[in-house]
Amino acid sequence: MNDPASLAAALTSCPLPIMDHKEVVLPHGAGGKLSQRLIQNIILPQFRNEFLQPLHDGAVLSIHGARLAFSTDSYVVNPLFFPGGDIGDLAVNGTVNDLAMCGAQPLYLSAAFIIEEGLPMDDLWRIVQSMRRAADRAGIALVTGDTKVVDRGKGDKIFINTSGIGFIPEGRAIQPGRAAVGDKILISGQIAVHGIAIMSVREGLEFESEIASDTAPLNSLVEALFAASNNIHVLRDPTRGGATSALSEIAEAAQVGIRLDESSLPISEEVKGACEILGLDPLYVANEGKLLAFVPASDADAILAAMRAHPLGRGAAIIGEVVAEHPRFVTMKTRVGGTRVVEMLSGEQLPRIC
Amino acid sequence: MKFMDEYRDEKLAHKLIAEIKRTVTRPWVLMEVCGGQTHSIVKYGIDRLLPKEVELVHGPGCPVCVTALETIDKAHAIAQRPNVIFCSFGDMLRVPGSEADLLVLKSRGADIRIVYSPIDCLKIARENPHKQVVFFAIGFETTAPANAMAVWQAKKQGISNFSILVSHVLVPPAISAILQSPDNRVQGFLGPGHVCTVVGYREYEPLATQFRVPIVITGFEPLDLLEGTLMAVRQLEEGRAEVENQYPRVVQRDGNRVAQQIVESVFEVCDRNWRGVGSIPQSGYALRPDFAAYDAERLFDVGAIATQESGVCISGLVLRGAKKPHHCSAFGKACTPEHPLGATMVSAEGACAAYYAYGRHLQPQDFAAKGQPS
Repeated sequence: MNDPASLAAALTSCPLPIMDHKEVVLPHGAGGKLSQRLIQNIILPQFRNEFLQPLHDGAVLSIHGARLAFSTDSYVVNPLFFPGGDIGDLAVNGTVNDLAMCGAQPLYLSAAFIIEEGLPMDDLWRIVQSMRRAADRAGIALVTGDTKVVDRGKGDKIFINTSGIGFIPEGRAIQPGRAAVGDKILISGQIAVHGIAIMSVREGLEFESEIASDTAPLNSLVEALFAASNNIHVLRDPTRGGATSALSEIAEAAQVGIRLDESSLPISEEVKGACEILGLDPLYVANEGKLLAFVPASDADAILAAMRAHPLGRGAAIIGEVVAEHPRFVTMKTRVGGTRVVEMLSGEQLPRIC
Repeated sequence: MKFMDEYRDEKLAHKLIAEIKRTVTRPWVLMEVCGGQTHSIVKYGIDRLLPKEVELVHGPGCPVCVTALETIDKAHAIAQRPNVIFCSFGDMLRVPGSEADLLVLKSRGADIRIVYSPIDCLKIARENPHKQVVFFAIGFETTAPANAMAVWQAKKQGISNFSILVSHVLVPPAISAILQSPDNRVQGFLGPGHVCTVVGYREYEPLATQFRVPIVITGFEPLDLLEGTLMAVRQLEEGRAEVENQYPRVVQRDGNRVAQQIVESVFEVCDRNWRGVGSIPQSGYALRPDFAAYDAERLFDVGAIATQESGVCISGLVLRGAKKPHHCSAFGKACTPEHPLGATMVSAEGACAAYYAYGRHLQPQDFAAKGQPS
């Protein structure tokens, strides 16, 4: 590449990405704006294709007439064991849910373990058992895998990656871009539970009643929703970055406005209390067993009833709607009747001083 | 949630708003002093529910925002030393110094930890006897007792590998400075509820008398803020200038004597440089000579650090209530929470950051519907 023309071509086709940070910082992994920027500026330019473009929880692939969903996720949670679950069931449920959010019936999973030397064998045994139980519960098979062990200090006890494929039945078309004006937005239960469960262990906080993670496979709930109506536009599990990040991404993808009603958000008393103490906004806190559904108003009641009839959707509620006004923005009617914009966070939510 | 939802009740809020509308006859400018109050006001859209005569301007009460750049650079210099565990409240991590922020330093290998209480640092110090544990002791009178207690406990327990970098600031001198500034517009204050929980409000009485301004010690929930506004407007309309307490469920006139005693035994009043405002005499705390062994600034000899602030930033005017965030040409453009140019954008408590977080950098044309944020 010595001649100026090809050098210029290389420079214009592959510009040095403009990044604000010279090094990767933790907020790049927090699911907010910095995560988005990392993907947009560093990863997408190299791999742009029609399957990746929708930036959904998984890719939808057509193979010899069959539509398959394919998804992957890595799990790096600390602590490994927390009230309500551990890194094992989280790793299985997370990928099962990503597939289910594509409207797919999850079928097969892979698992790759990166283990730091010194991890107690008992811990590994507990984690693997918990993965097996989660796989049984979700009705999927773990069919391939890999293990690597790294030097002490080169990893944090154990990292797990799972990938999965699922089958998408006829008549289902789930995509963030399909959110349409008039759609009702449903949440399958109380928000912010997982994040607060993890944080209270990490910070050594004790509350009157233990807050347990909501980690759960959502595929049977999704099937129950489709049994009630095929007319579902978008499904999304609001994990890291919380409900806000998921809703902002959908508003952006579909170029629609989203209006929430603060008083309709289901939040448990314990989580509300923990958020007040820690200075956190539950809208930005992670969930691991909840889904958001965008459905036409005509079908909303039937789908809400189907959610509530399912054990994982008992606390379901309609929390807002899709509007034509203020496209790409999420706004919220506050409890006292004011209105505000709900913005995606830059990085992690940091506890406030006062 | 009990003792919380009651103060966010929509019906009661609208009763108070109606009462403010009935009371007000002409324009008034009120300043809420605390960052926490600013945050609530913008989060719940309270300022937009008020009649147009009542203008709320946002005060200097965000401790993260007003911490001098020089102090932040000192903190960064200490945090990068080998053998140091640097502990801080969470929202200081994203505050940029001249070169980086604590998150970036962490990514480069510095041992930086978020704590919820300075007392947690003592545990870290005991568990890491061969490391120096430094706590970034910032804040108003509210956080001073816990910070003082950490030092006092360290001395009592003979913990010698713990120190604090002190950048404490005090509210009354700041109020006084605002009222004396030539461009002052503030006619009444919503006083700092949690500061007064510690120090009480005796100190505010001479301010109200001397400057003829009403000061209503106010809480942080929507109904608190609306009631505080109503009380201040009533005083202004009636020509009174007194200290009133809207927040009696927490605040007493004498404050918390035990907390004051621990602060007095560890800290002494000193001059302090405020980011965006400049030096205010007798407006901060420093460690007393008896506790010099716990002073990180002495221990690490970070010396004088020269700093340069952005030329466009108007945070000084915002902190004095003379301007609002959207009056700044850089707001939401060159200056965002990811790239703050000045004090008031750096913390979630800062007025610029609160305006940004709740979408106020968006242009009116972004919102077709009437009544949407602009």
